[in-house]
Amino acid sequence: MAKKQVVHVKVNGREREAEVEPRMLLVHFIREVLGLTGTHVGCDTSHCGACTVLVDGKTVKSCTMFAPQADGCELFTVEGLIKDGQLHPLQEGFKEEHGLQCGFCTPGMLMSSYALLQKNAKPSEDDIRWGISGNLCRCTGYQNIVKAVQYAAQKMEQGGTK
Amino acid sequence: MFKTTPEVGGMGHSIKRKEDLRFLQGKGNYVDDVHLPDMVYGHLVRSPYAHARLKSINTDKAKQLPGVLAVITGEDLAKANLAWMPTLFFDKQMVLATGKVLFQSQEVAFVIAEDRYTAADAAELVEVEYEELPVLVDPHKATDPSSPILREDREEKSNHIFHWEVGDKAATDKAFQNAAVRADVHAVFQRCHPAPLETCGCVADFNRATGRLTIYLTSQAPHAHRTLFALVGGIPENNIRVISPDIGGGFGNKVPIYPGYVCAVVGSLTLGRPVKWIETRSENLQSTGFARDYHMTAELAADKDGKIQALRVKTLADHGAFNAAAQPTKFPAGLFSICTGAYDYPSAFCEVDGVYTNKAPGGIAYRCSFRVTEAAYLIERAVDVLAMELKTDPVELRRKNFIRPEKFPYKSALGWSYDSGNYEGAMNLALEKIGYQQLRKEQEEKRKKGELMGIGVSSFVEIVGAGPAHTFDIAGIKMFDSAEIRVHPTGKAMCRMGTKSQGQGHETTYAQIVAQELGIPAADVTVEEGDTDTAPYGLGTYASRSTPVSGAATAVAARKIRDKAKKIAAHLLECSEEDLDWEPGKFFVKGAPSKSKSIQDIAFAAYTNMPEGMEAGLEAVDYYDPPNLTFPFGTYICVVDIDKGTGEVKVRRFVAVDDCGNVINPMIVDGQIHGGLTEGLAIAFMQEIAYDESGNVQGGSFMDYLLPTAVETPHWETDKTCTPSPHHPFGAKGVGESPNVGSPAAFVNAVVDALSHLGVRHIDMPITPWKVWNILKQKGVIS
Repeated sequence: MAKKQVVHVKVNGREREAEVEPRMLLVHFIREVLGLTGTHVGCDTSHCGACTVLVDGKTVKSCTMFAPQADGCELFTVEGLIKDGQLHPLQEGFKEEHGLQCGFCTPGMLMSSYALLQKNAKPSEDDIRWGISGNLCRCTGYQNIVKAVQYAAQKMEQGGTK
Repeated sequence: MFKTTPEVGGMGHSIKRKEDLRFLQGKGNYVDDVHLPDMVYGHLVRSPYAHARLKSINTDKAKQLPGVLAVITGEDLAKANLAWMPTLFFDKQMVLATGKVLFQSQEVAFVIAEDRYTAADAAELVEVEYEELPVLVDPHKATDPSSPILREDREEKSNHIFHWEVGDKAATDKAFQNAAVRADVHAVFQRCHPAPLETCGCVADFNRATGRLTIYLTSQAPHAHRTLFALVGGIPENNIRVISPDIGGGFGNKVPIYPGYVCAVVGSLTLGRPVKWIETRSENLQSTGFARDYHMTAELAADKDGKIQALRVKTLADHGAFNAAAQPTKFPAGLFSICTGAYDYPSAFCEVDGVYTNKAPGGIAYRCSFRVTEAAYLIERAVDVLAMELKTDPVELRRKNFIRPEKFPYKSALGWSYDSGNYEGAMNLALEKIGYQQLRKEQEEKRKKGELMGIGVSSFVEIVGAGPAHTFDIAGIKMFDSAEIRVHPTGKAMCRMGTKSQGQGHETTYAQIVAQELGIPAADVTVEEGDTDTAPYGLGTYASRSTPVSGAATAVAARKIRDKAKKIAAHLLECSEEDLDWEPGKFFVKGAPSKSKSIQDIAFAAYTNMPEGMEAGLEAVDYYDPPNLTFPFGTYICVVDIDKGTGEVKVRRFVAVDDCGNVINPMIVDGQIHGGLTEGLAIAFMQEIAYDESGNVQGGSFMDYLLPTAVETPHWETDKTCTPSPHHPFGAKGVGESPNVGSPAAFVNAVVDALSHLGVRHIDMPITPWKVWNILKQKGVIS
């Protein structure tokens, strides 16, 4: 077994540190070391996007990154979306527009949608479909996810939310 | 039916889902989220060969790796008589291989270690010596004398599993002899996999102190699984608790019991520690829960006017290495005999032969009742081929042959009693929505210009809601399902069911049924499923059976509560029961509506002020055995354009008109239709678990097993008609699977229609650009 390495991250605004094997995947670090199980594993090959998180503001499929590669980085996961007990407009949109069924892809979908709206506050339907094209959903057929992101975009524009 | 207010949220209200809040915050609790103290991890060693004799297994190196706790082999299991387990359909399958392996990725050994990385490392260190054997991949060669006999364990030295037939052969043959017109189609429904986004897995936790085994399981049928673990494992059933927590999609994949579950249980019994086993995606696609692999021929006989006289079907079913068909019917081909479809004709005959091959065992009912998707696809393809033969419009041919609304209940030529239907009504609405006549004109003009455009229609009939006790069971257990409702003193309610949601929204829809029946707001009703220690016994969620069976049980249990509530209300209002009328939420005195008692008042009185001699409490349980199945239907119309340069098919429009009877939550129904259509699209154009000549899986990861993203998925247009089921307590039929059952034929019919003027009559799925491009080349459309 290789020598363990210290990984220090700021996750959803909180400083965390742990000593892990260098080969530990970031998704396992998040789920099993940090205990944030909202980030899921759906495929192991970077196709499904259920493990999508933000690393220093950029979407990353956390099953494709080693935990030590995230050392010193800021992580943002689904658990960080809610603020002061208020759902993020995206979370609200997914509920209002029925953008989820089994819920397994949802955290990854939310993170990809979040990153999309940071770059593009007024996405077209096409922009949204491409924006979530790295995330697979087997339940919804994506149609209501598109509506959920549109809902959030509108709400964020009105409310000035980030 | 009473209309409740939006605040009460009974039937027909698109109330938002109760389950969403936890999922949206990353607070769901899926099996891999379960973390128990002292938990260890299992990893399976799998066969790289499709057919090989096991010469030796050496586990020494694996056991020496620090952190490894145990390595279990088939020989170890054989000592406990667990090397084999029964399947759900009169066969058995290996848990861990002994003697030989029969498919690639078959389970050979189970390694348990302190963490998942070490377990995977150790699995690599298990040394297995194989001697390769000839491989049987093509089901058509299964009974060739030159093919190897796969199952040495069976007395019958043959790869043939079963022959099954239904219908009147003589009358059907006669109809064909006399027919003015005949049409036939040979259609392969390819092997595919439901691939829910969460793979299968479990945490088995045997507590040596209490003697109790708790299994957190990705299970669509936790109660049935508990009984099977008891029967097979010899553990007293009261000492087994199966908890099916949040499930990340099922689609049939999570109905069977898989070897990994059994290994984790054996591991926990051996070590006295919780053992977690979670499939990788490749393991999921390669070894569990495949569907279809039906090689079908359908023939239709018609008179010269296009009135269908008879249907003849012959099918070869590839079940892989073990007949692990996860289905509860008494028929080897499940409900395939619904293949007569939406049409009225006197004679039909259907025969199916099942065979073994060196492929993963199965199959499962992928988002349908067992074999219904195959059946719907076949008849809807065959009708289109008949229309080509007759040179008539496929819509008019359907119209001419539909079972008329006044003929219900309708006895089909293969023996089913269809409950209700108005097939032409649904088709007319779909035609109107899509603008059918206009599209036909456009197609004609485009053809003149050499452009390829097609319109495909599918008027499917489903058969769901397994099922009546005379036709269905799992290991002898009848296919009822259950609901238990407890109304608390403050008028809030707790419900538990024998089913298990995997995304269908049960926590919301069952609450709406209670709201409808009792007038207690859906927001005040908590629904819980999946824990066998607390929920009443039931057979689980698949085959669109939750609403037809548990939903019915919920309504019946609520009505039992209402009967008791009426007695209490009469007591409180000092009148006789006959003087009372009901509207959702209260009993009132006839002619004096101000004299009333709300259900909340009554609930309080049920614990504080009941009539003399009455038991306290306000609760009921019902185990519902449906008198018949339900028969949802609809018409789907698809419009495609084909890119001649690439062979790519673009779905321009898709209209889905569904009829599932009375609807509980229109928002949820629409969502399920979107999802099912997307899976139908995937099956028609992308998904296939293929094998090469050596039995190597060609679709073993999401790299090769293609699922549509948001970009490939078109915008779905949905609508509905409503023909209630006459025998269901609130007229519902079930809907989650209709779009997956009905849509493949619409997609394929559209592509074939686009190419029909070139003489194309059928293309097997998945219709890839490569396939289409080759056809265009063959037909001289492109050089």
